Amino acid sequence: MTGNSPEPIQIQGPVCPIPHHSTETIVIGHGSGGQMSHDLIRNTFLKKLGNRYLLQGNDAAKISFQNSKNGQYAISTDSHVVSPLFFPGGDIGRLAVSGTVNDVAMLGAEPSYLTAGFILEEGFSIHLLTQIIDSMAKTCQEADICIVAGDTKVVEKGKADGVYINTTGFGLIPPGREVGGQFAKPGDAVILSGTLGDHAIAVLQARGHLGFDSKIKSDVAPLNKMIKPLLESIPQVHTLRDPTRGGLATSLKEIACQSQVSMLIEETAIPIKPDVQMACEMLGFDPLYMANEGKVVIILPERFAVSALKILRTSEFGIHAMRIGVVLKDEPGEVHLRTTYGTTRIVDMLSGEILPRIC
Amino acid sequence: MTEIEALELLSNYRDAKLVKGVVSKLHQQITRPWSLMEICGGQTHAIMKYGLDQLLPNEIELIHGPGCPVCVTALELIDQALWIAQQPNVIFTSFGDMLRVPGSQGDLFAVKAAGGQVRVVYSPLDAVKLAQENPDQQVVFFAIGFETTAPANAMAVIQADKLNLDNFSILPANVLVPPAMHAILSSPDNCIQGFLAAGHVCTVMGYWEYLPITERYKTPITVTGFEPLDLVNGILRTVTMLEEGRCQVENAYSRAVTCAGNKVAQKLIKQVFIPVNRNWRGIGTIPKSGYGLRDEFHHFDATVRFDTGKIKRSESSICIAGQVLQGLKKPFDCPAFGSSCTPQSPLGAPMVSSEGACAAYYRFGRK
Repeated sequence: MTGNSPEPIQIQGPVCPIPHHSTETIVIGHGSGGQMSHDLIRNTFLKKLGNRYLLQGNDAAKISFQNSKNGQYAISTDSHVVSPLFFPGGDIGRLAVSGTVNDVAMLGAEPSYLTAGFILEEGFSIHLLTQIIDSMAKTCQEADICIVAGDTKVVEKGKADGVYINTTGFGLIPPGREVGGQFAKPGDAVILSGTLGDHAIAVLQARGHLGFDSKIKSDVAPLNKMIKPLLESIPQVHTLRDPTRGGLATSLKEIACQSQVSMLIEETAIPIKPDVQMACEMLGFDPLYMANEGKVVIILPERFAVSALKILRTSEFGIHAMRIGVVLKDEPGEVHLRTTYGTTRIVDMLSGEILPRIC
Repeated sequence: MTEIEALELLSNYRDAKLVKGVVSKLHQQITRPWSLMEICGGQTHAIMKYGLDQLLPNEIELIHGPGCPVCVTALELIDQALWIAQQPNVIFTSFGDMLRVPGSQGDLFAVKAAGGQVRVVYSPLDAVKLAQENPDQQVVFFAIGFETTAPANAMAVIQADKLNLDNFSILPANVLVPPAMHAILSSPDNCIQGFLAAGHVCTVMGYWEYLPITERYKTPITVTGFEPLDLVNGILRTVTMLEEGRCQVENAYSRAVTCAGNKVAQKLIKQVFIPVNRNWRGIGTIPKSGYGLRDEFHHFDATVRFDTGKIKRSESSICIAGQVLQGLKKPFDCPAFGSSCTPQSPLGAPMVSSEGACAAYYRFGRK
């Protein structure tokens, strides 16, 4: 066919579409946990509501009361809107308890109390609701936490997707404990508690989006029981962060910016299950950006890395824990990844919603 | 093949020792500078992701080709898609990448946010299924992609025809690689001395179409895959041909590609589609470089079913996507790169798709 068109092509000048910034309406990418979510929070919420607690920029806020001798408290809130409500390895109930327990634990706090608010859609099955509540009860027991206040609202059919759950968690930060995204220091080791992407791929599978069968289960779990002995043995831990929406890449980038440090991550050290890796290969996803609901990034002085790994690996949620990299001083805010070939590339935040590629 | 076996196969093609072995041969062989173009955006992405460009001899300049279907889909097609998606009783389906590509006014995400029924599908056959399940709605599939997606797009039309679905149509937007290579090589600004042909396209089409291109433009072509070992092998074989003064088509992706290609898939394409002139974003109209529907499937053409003739389009001239897509400039040559143009607010299509050259440069930190 090329043989029939000998005329040279007249190539037109540079072109460009008019930019579209999505600043007027909410689009799905605003909920991705990546750069768009950050921009929305900074430009819309913090502008009016910003205060020293919100500006801490951690998964939970550290608060204190006058005359309190017991130390400080961590408080965090999270709304859960997962679809479908039940997926391999978990459900919205387990997610709603674990997500908030983990956010509170990320400040080094010991979560004790939860509140739960339910938005129920007219017509939703009470049988399914009971299953969700059962799952919440079991997860609360597992995390040794109780729900001390709650609320239910019902909206008309079509105004919600079955059930949404908001939970708020509250916990004590033992005196002397200083854990947060702003405390990572050059020379620290970066540890990841287990494999990446299990939750995201399990949910995609439950939505029927994989187009093939897999045995991947969500990692959704409360991590406070794993973190407690770690912090008791190694109070020198600087940072904890659960790489949920936006994945490991977004979490590391956030910490690098908060602490004004850089990081070098070893690609070969990052644990990924073969079937998750395969699903990502097929769909064109990068496991570094896939959501996790039962993983934690731990940053601590290098000399404690080996014993931290030992402690983590005694927990069923930390069996695959690995030391994945190091914190550095140069180029604050940057995260670099060293590939198998010894080459390096920059790791950036997730920009919008993860999109499967075309071919 | 189980997932584990598939991964083992993949890991062989990512083996660092093997890759470094090929790279060291390349260092030994090369005697002077060569400019090579990798056609496919998937190859650009892999080169950046694995940092393979850092391993190559300085003499090699890789120029990133127009092989990202999202990037080269013409603005008028995107505007048509946006317009159709906004019509009542329409479910507009597309591969995910396409949702964020800006048209003259907004993108498909914005149409979705405003209440339009825009859905991501993973296969055009899913769109046919949607049409069956929603007889009261018009289901439209945005049929983009290179020759790689054409067989599945053709299959969707054939299925819909068999099922007598009068509520399914496609917006035909497939583009073809060989005419684009012809356009690039015949451009007076052309500086490309060798090509890595897109392995996936060749899986379907074979590489017989490249023989006349090599002959006419005296440019060697190597059919190349997407894994690190495939890529460095493709580069080595192209450089070897250049160094030896040979102009041939070589196949460095023989585990998937034959000269004749997949004849069943080609027959399917021929049954449904016919080559038509197509406008490429940033390049212009290339003769017979796209697939339109044959007359007998005319009624499945969304531009016929919906009156898309009056849609106005407008492009500004801020970014240099056109030159990037032709390999005349690198993404970082653009004043907007990384500042006013980022993946979350792209000025040009190459910043949108993960296969776009600008997005690959941005994401993997090339400055």
